[in-house]
Amino acid sequence: MRDVAVVSFAQTKNVRRENRRNEVEMLIPVVQEAVEKSGIPKQEIGFYCSGSSDYLAGQSFSFVMAVDSLGAWPPIAESHVEMDGAWALYEAWIKIQCGEADSALIFSFGRSSPGMIRETLTLQLDPYTLAPLGADPVCLAALQARALLESSDYSEREMAEVAARSRADAKSNPYAQLTGDFDVDELLAEPYFVSPLRKHDCPPISDGATAMVIAADDVARNASKRPAWIRGIDHRVESHQLGLRDLAQSTSTALAGEKAGAVDIDVAELHAPFSHQELILRDALKLGDGVKINPSGGALAANSVMVAGLTRIGEAANAIWNGNARRALGHATSGPCLQQNLVCVLEGE
Amino acid sequence: MSEEKQPVKSIVTPSRLEYDFTPGIATTRFLRHMQEGRIVGQRCTKCAKVYIPARGSCPRCGVATEEEVEVGPNGTVTTFCVVRVPSENIDLTLPYTAAHILLDGADIPFFALIQECDAADVRMGMRVEAVWAPEAEWGPTFENIRYFRPIDEPDVPFEDFKEHL
Repeated sequence: MRDVAVVSFAQTKNVRRENRRNEVEMLIPVVQEAVEKSGIPKQEIGFYCSGSSDYLAGQSFSFVMAVDSLGAWPPIAESHVEMDGAWALYEAWIKIQCGEADSALIFSFGRSSPGMIRETLTLQLDPYTLAPLGADPVCLAALQARALLESSDYSEREMAEVAARSRADAKSNPYAQLTGDFDVDELLAEPYFVSPLRKHDCPPISDGATAMVIAADDVARNASKRPAWIRGIDHRVESHQLGLRDLAQSTSTALAGEKAGAVDIDVAELHAPFSHQELILRDALKLGDGVKINPSGGALAANSVMVAGLTRIGEAANAIWNGNARRALGHATSGPCLQQNLVCVLEGE
Repeated sequence: MSEEKQPVKSIVTPSRLEYDFTPGIATTRFLRHMQEGRIVGQRCTKCAKVYIPARGSCPRCGVATEEEVEVGPNGTVTTFCVVRVPSENIDLTLPYTAAHILLDGADIPFFALIQECDAADVRMGMRVEAVWAPEAEWGPTFENIRYFRPIDEPDVPFEDFKEHL
């Protein structure tokens, strides 16, 4: 295995509605920032991979148009996943492991504001039995939260505590969207949005973009003072059929964490768009009280779809770079109710 | 109840999504210029290529574009296609010609209709001009240009536009 490290990360501020710039105009500054911070000359970057979904902006082949932000001349090696950018990172990591590149730029973009995200994400369900029900992601997350509350000692209070802590921590994150100090008792006095979820248990609707550069071996050592080495990266998927899963647990996260070596973690950035999902993920990864969870505020503070997962890994790398962690974990999820999960363990030297 | 149930071979799942399209800063400016009857592209500060309609970047260099350049209204047919098959929602007399047109001053062609010309007479390198809708009908849309028609100028040699097919 080659040693591969995250050497730079850049992101836009997450906003409710980016209705001025198009995707390319959003991407150009973050791509340029990631390349500059990486210390690797742009013409030496060996591979490009993006994560996005055409369904968000309603534009077919929007991922091809996004290549306009890269400067693809002389010709570049480029790929795309119709998934969160975290899976684009996985593809780029494989590419480097195969010896086909020594560095890669990963980018992702997601604007939920052009459409109705609850309707859009409903179309990712099985089209025969689930999508026609119109079960949108908030309703499905509510079913999952109910399954967790009924089968564990967790209560709505712990969910509200996750929301309050996330938004308070997000105050120091200039890229976050939903921040502030909230009183847990006051949150619990709010009406249900989709029972047992209240508004605070749900993520904001966000538009945003990110870019990251990773590099292998000496390319990373020469480019970066403190590379965030990827010590393990693994992703696992569960059944598309929600009825075949125990929604109160995340066996795919547990397995991915085990394979990625998720132990001795100082900081964990968990991609939990709904408050109860953080509780499920913490348990799946056996993260104890000593682990700082989501110092960035996590997806409850900014949830650009297709972006928020890669952002978690970028924020985990930030924790290495700013000295807050020796070992940090970045997690990304995809699909309804934590269907697919990726765990990436980073370590500073 | 029938003993022999037929297998379900297909189901219909209607779906419909509506979107508010954001053209972006550069394309918004392009559309505003169209409303004023001008075709305005953007020039790359690095390679000097002029893009129309501008999307805010030079895809070749990966840098933001800002400098605006008026192009056209005359141009050159770089390549074309004669359509002989009717399509739903297209109310044109067959055969008609769809062409790639490189406007004077631009470095990228775009797709447009050729009219006032026999399909058999359209050729690569043919010079054309934009025919606009009446000014009262102009909006922020490329549809202000109804089509292109030939003008009485010599054909452009292939060598001069071969980079722009």
